[in-house]
Amino acid sequence: MRAPARVPVRARRTLATAVTAMGAAALLLTGCAQDPAEKSESGAPAGDKGKTTLTVGVFGAFGLQEAGLYDEYMAQNPGIRIEQTSIERNENYYPQLLTHLGTGSGLADIQAVEVNNIAEITATQADKLVDLGKAPGVDKAAYLPWKWAQGTASAAKGGATVGLGTDIGPQGICYRKDLFEAAGLPSDRAAVGALWAGDWNKYLEAGKAYKAKAGEGKAFVDSASGVMAAVTGSSAQRFYDEQGKVVYKTNPAVRGAFDLAASFATEGLSAKLQQFTPAWDQGFANGSFATVSCPAWMLGYIQDKAGPAGKDKWDVAQAPKPSNWGGSFLVVPKAGKHAQEAAKLAAWLTAPAQQAKLFEKRGSFPSASAAYKLPTVSGAQHAYFGGAPIGEIFAKAAEGVPVTVVGPKDLVISQNLADIGMLQVDQKGRSPQEGWEAAVKAIDNALDQ
Amino acid sequence: MTDETAVLSPSAAGSKEPAAEGGARGQIWRSRRYRWDLRWSPYAFVAPFFLFFAVFGLFPLLYTGWAALHQVELTDPDSMTWVGLKNFTRLWDDEFFWNALRNTVTIGLLSTVPQLAIALGLAHLLNYKMRGSAFFRVAVLTPYATSVAAATLVFVLLFGRDYGMVNWALSAVGLGAVDWQNGTFASQLAVSTIVIWRWTGYNALIYLAAMQAVPGELYESAALDGASRWQQFLHVTVPSLRPTILFTCVVSTIGATQLFGEPLLFNGGAGATGGSEHQFQTLGLYLYEQGWVNLHLGRASAIAWAMFLILLVIAGAARLLRGRGASR
Repeated sequence: MRAPARVPVRARRTLATAVTAMGAAALLLTGCAQDPAEKSESGAPAGDKGKTTLTVGVFGAFGLQEAGLYDEYMAQNPGIRIEQTSIERNENYYPQLLTHLGTGSGLADIQAVEVNNIAEITATQADKLVDLGKAPGVDKAAYLPWKWAQGTASAAKGGATVGLGTDIGPQGICYRKDLFEAAGLPSDRAAVGALWAGDWNKYLEAGKAYKAKAGEGKAFVDSASGVMAAVTGSSAQRFYDEQGKVVYKTNPAVRGAFDLAASFATEGLSAKLQQFTPAWDQGFANGSFATVSCPAWMLGYIQDKAGPAGKDKWDVAQAPKPSNWGGSFLVVPKAGKHAQEAAKLAAWLTAPAQQAKLFEKRGSFPSASAAYKLPTVSGAQHAYFGGAPIGEIFAKAAEGVPVTVVGPKDLVISQNLADIGMLQVDQKGRSPQEGWEAAVKAIDNALDQ
Repeated sequence: MTDETAVLSPSAAGSKEPAAEGGARGQIWRSRRYRWDLRWSPYAFVAPFFLFFAVFGLFPLLYTGWAALHQVELTDPDSMTWVGLKNFTRLWDDEFFWNALRNTVTIGLLSTVPQLAIALGLAHLLNYKMRGSAFFRVAVLTPYATSVAAATLVFVLLFGRDYGMVNWALSAVGLGAVDWQNGTFASQLAVSTIVIWRWTGYNALIYLAAMQAVPGELYESAALDGASRWQQFLHVTVPSLRPTILFTCVVSTIGATQLFGEPLLFNGGAGATGGSEHQFQTLGLYLYEQGWVNLHLGRASAIAWAMFLILLVIAGAARLLRGRGASR
């Protein structure tokens, strides 16, 4: 150590260590910066000074930006700049929204809310949100009445309409024409729809027929929980009754949907996938299942995941019964800096004309019934799905959807039914009864304050 | 210290503020100030950390404890109902809590034990004289530098049931495919693999640093006594590293107890449930589920404090162990 000859060596080594340490630190920083769960996109070139910047917080691929609506609004209103932040999954987005509402900070000027959360928002957060029912440019008559009611707080809570409906999720059944043909089933969408028209049990029968011809290793549906979501979406009463009491345990509609969906698993008709996982995405790309119950908003997703190779193989038919799955609202927090401007933007984004554009570009079906008469909706066809008349198919479904009772913990209940109960049946081979009991236990624990 | 006074005083005297009359008093004042400086400056220097700790560490800790004694929902955190220790006592009957605790322990063992063993071996290899040692040392640290999210998402694909590379390899050598997300042991093993991958290099570097402080004479004399490389490792390196090993054990245990990101993202579909049978739901995940999915802030706080108490017990046990080791 003390030998002078070694000093330069040590100095060099220190330098090398310092450089490598810096390299490691740089890696660390970039590693942290690359959190894929959250991304921020700017709807306009940066550096516009003197403009009012409105931020929009959404979850998933919401589509407002992708459909070019921000650009259009900014072109019409030169003083406004719109920025969007997006969080991939609502399960991560929603708690953050609640904490931000609680502290009154970190909020975007406009925030999206999923339909499963809207009852909780109107019941507990209405006082922190702008009454959009009174915002300029909002026309109550343009909306489906049940959608408008869902975004409105009860009279006891002030009766303000805090959420403006964007899209709803009327469902069809998306199916693979080539696989249907190979199994000797009809592939024309009218004939396919007729296979199971009016009864979810016929869908199960069609699945059995498909399996008998298609042979082992070919699944009829992607997942049992997808079927469950579709079937529960066709009943007016699900997890809560009109008085706001939790009734899912005794409601025959819920248990019936659970058991029917479970038989897809027990009959070996399911590809045993979990929706919105990488494996599910790969399933689309690899054609490992023949049908999936698809709300209007899922068409774009299927197109993305199945890719160009799936073009002209996919088609969409009428679902057995009109059913709704999902849909969203826009709310404007009072704590935002530009609440007035934001309310104006929210009203514009959810106006029938814009909802029609969102449908045209992204397949999100309008909640403004006034939009159904617009030619962009009524005459809409989806090129990827063999030119299917999706405007017609989904409008028919939307008009038949019952007015659903929504409750504050809808999301928790439906999630546990799917991800605990149905998943145990589907992926672990548990009996439907065991799966149901496990789900009930988890829900009881989740609802217990 | 006397050197420092000598260095300091000319500059202080250089100001020449007090005249000849004040010289003696100035001297006293200066020396007093110097003593104060010596005594209090260190506190001033470390104060920012403790200030920040008080705001961002201590306050949340105490507030969490306070919230744990209430029934409080995330939708309305301002309205709290006092329930005393109910949130804690109910954990006794909460099978989900015990399940999460059990999973945390097994995943902790599955990840920590191989991780530290591999790290020790790796450090031993890195300690040899070789070309490009700096490169290898950095390379070993790169997994640690990747984000949990990115790493886990890649591992989810690798461990995929239908199209994953691990199952492809298993099938190629004639073993059956494994349903990595659904099997209890399989899923815990898969989650542990991510942890091992990320943290082994980090621990290896800590061991390497400690190894380089082991006096070379020990190895020389061991070699003269005819000890092989392996025997040297076993009888010289490992005993010299005992304090370091204990340190890494404690740090890894804390890390394992708080395990969260890997199991959360490993279950890409459902978030915090940790699989359909909660088979890889850790305490951190259960805490998150209670607080941020079910929105029960009070119950989540109680779980957080339970975790804190568990860690205190482990730390106490480690202290006892070390005390016994030292007395020997």
